[in-house]
Amino acid sequence: MGSHSVTSPIIIIKDLVYTYPAQKSPALNQLSLSVNDGAIFGILGPNGGGKSTTFKILSTLLNPDSGSVEIDGVDVLKSPGKVRSSLGIVFQSPALDKKLTAQENLIHQGHLYGMKGPALEQKTEFLLKRLGLWEKRDEKTENLSGGQKRRLEITKSLIHSPKILILDEPTTGLDPLARREVWNYLQFLREKERMTVLVTTHLLEEAEDCDEIALIDKGRVICQGKPSQLRHSLGGDIVSVRTPKAKELAEKISAQFGLNPMTLGHDIRVLPKDMVSLVNFLLTNSSDMFDSFSVGKPTLEDLFIEKTGHRFWEEKSVNGEGGKE
Amino acid sequence: MTEAQVFTVLPALSLARRELVRFYRQRARIIGSLGTPIVLWALLGSGLQAAFPSAPGGTNPVSYLKYFFPGNLVLTILFTSIFTNISVIEDRNEGFLQGVLVAPVTRLGLVFGKVWGGAIIALIQGILFLSLAPLAGFSLGFGSLIQIILAILVTSLCLTTIGFIFAWKLDSIQGFHSVMNLFLMPMWLLSGAFFPASRAPLILKIVIYCNPLTYGFTAIQSCLQSQNLSSSVLTYSSAIAIESLFAVVTTLIAIQVVSSRKKG
Repeated sequence: MGSHSVTSPIIIIKDLVYTYPAQKSPALNQLSLSVNDGAIFGILGPNGGGKSTTFKILSTLLNPDSGSVEIDGVDVLKSPGKVRSSLGIVFQSPALDKKLTAQENLIHQGHLYGMKGPALEQKTEFLLKRLGLWEKRDEKTENLSGGQKRRLEITKSLIHSPKILILDEPTTGLDPLARREVWNYLQFLREKERMTVLVTTHLLEEAEDCDEIALIDKGRVICQGKPSQLRHSLGGDIVSVRTPKAKELAEKISAQFGLNPMTLGHDIRVLPKDMVSLVNFLLTNSSDMFDSFSVGKPTLEDLFIEKTGHRFWEEKSVNGEGGKE
Repeated sequence: MTEAQVFTVLPALSLARRELVRFYRQRARIIGSLGTPIVLWALLGSGLQAAFPSAPGGTNPVSYLKYFFPGNLVLTILFTSIFTNISVIEDRNEGFLQGVLVAPVTRLGLVFGKVWGGAIIALIQGILFLSLAPLAGFSLGFGSLIQIILAILVTSLCLTTIGFIFAWKLDSIQGFHSVMNLFLMPMWLLSGAFFPASRAPLILKIVIYCNPLTYGFTAIQSCLQSQNLSSSVLTYSSAIAIESLFAVVTTLIAIQVVSSRKKG
């Protein structure tokens, strides 16, 4: 998007492994990814996929069992203290003091980052004005609306002008308008402040707003790239069939075309080599076997299903068709 | 300022100030932690006076109101110091604490900020209770006023740190209340505030001398010109010294507890 170059990686995560105490399967299983300087990078995955654990490690709250994390050339696991000054962190759960006013929250945050005096006051005023919260500066935080709190939360993380902003599901619980506001602001920060933004999300539509995404599942990265590239990586169009006889129909299609259709409950998804013959086949030979079908460009969810063998929102794997790597 | 100071002193001051602001904005806390000892003092003092007109103090009798005053002053400090640490649990549950933990604040700064904030609140409450001293028949000179304020401060620091260590480890306010109540009453009863250590059985004597509150109480009591009630062998300065040592040791433990990075 922007004219600036987005080539050198500023966050490099290698082979992270972490298992929560008293849990058998690892939350992170050899997770590796890299984030380019000046990009909006999305970690997209279903709940329980490992997003929040990765976030905790990045934000220096948690030590992995093994693996390495480098942020802006600093080893996070060895020198967490050094990294903290260059990170702006927005947690999923609110981190504001409800009993303090909007302005007091920002001033306090500044002190935590070693700022004080007129410089801090000016920065606070600048940020509050930019986010349209200047009028609310003396309002106790508990009296602000959900969207305002979220904006204040992000503002708070920007007080020390961090190089990198990391946000854990920043739009959870917001209405679509407030959600859009947050994204516009992130885009603004990337454009105007050349900030690197890393955001975790479980919303497929939010991933489209990112320059690059890593799709993760069961604690590992399935694929990483530009959203459009990833979608196109599936090639061609995808046919989704809604049918009560998913297994039978899938076998029929497989026998006829040598394809490997994926069944998910009452749905079949096929990436045909020859769209016309498949549609023809469905309409003429199998019209009694399905309720409806649709043809469309592959979405990120299709990619996710293709790679993992299960839906984004479902935990259980589908019959027979294992995930491909 | 050096970098260490920037990330220790400044955040500590800010965190401590925040404790005070929050305390002031939650009036119920002020009333709760000051009201209980005042009511207890007034009831015990006047009630026992009516029931047992022969006053305590042996050859040099004093009123029950006077007798119980130092003990209830200590109780005020104890309640306030321990329960200001509820803010640690609130901060954790409300998510505020994680924001502090990922900031470049030194762990020393974090402990100092929270503990000094709580201790200053306890000091203020202690001074408010102390202002009732003339009602109990005490007259304090400037010198002993300064001494007693120092004693209250050191005692508050020590107790707040103990409360902090427990609060850091616990994640529910109810749990904290139960655990602390288990400690509070024995700590208070076995501090010399209720009966003197010299007349206690050996086992209780040991507990009394291991109790940090004993030294705070001894220091405060010696300032309140009621040495006739005290059978402690400790002077004001040695009691303050031992109480300060307790404060230093508990602070070191608190820093250790905070520094162990959480898994999960």
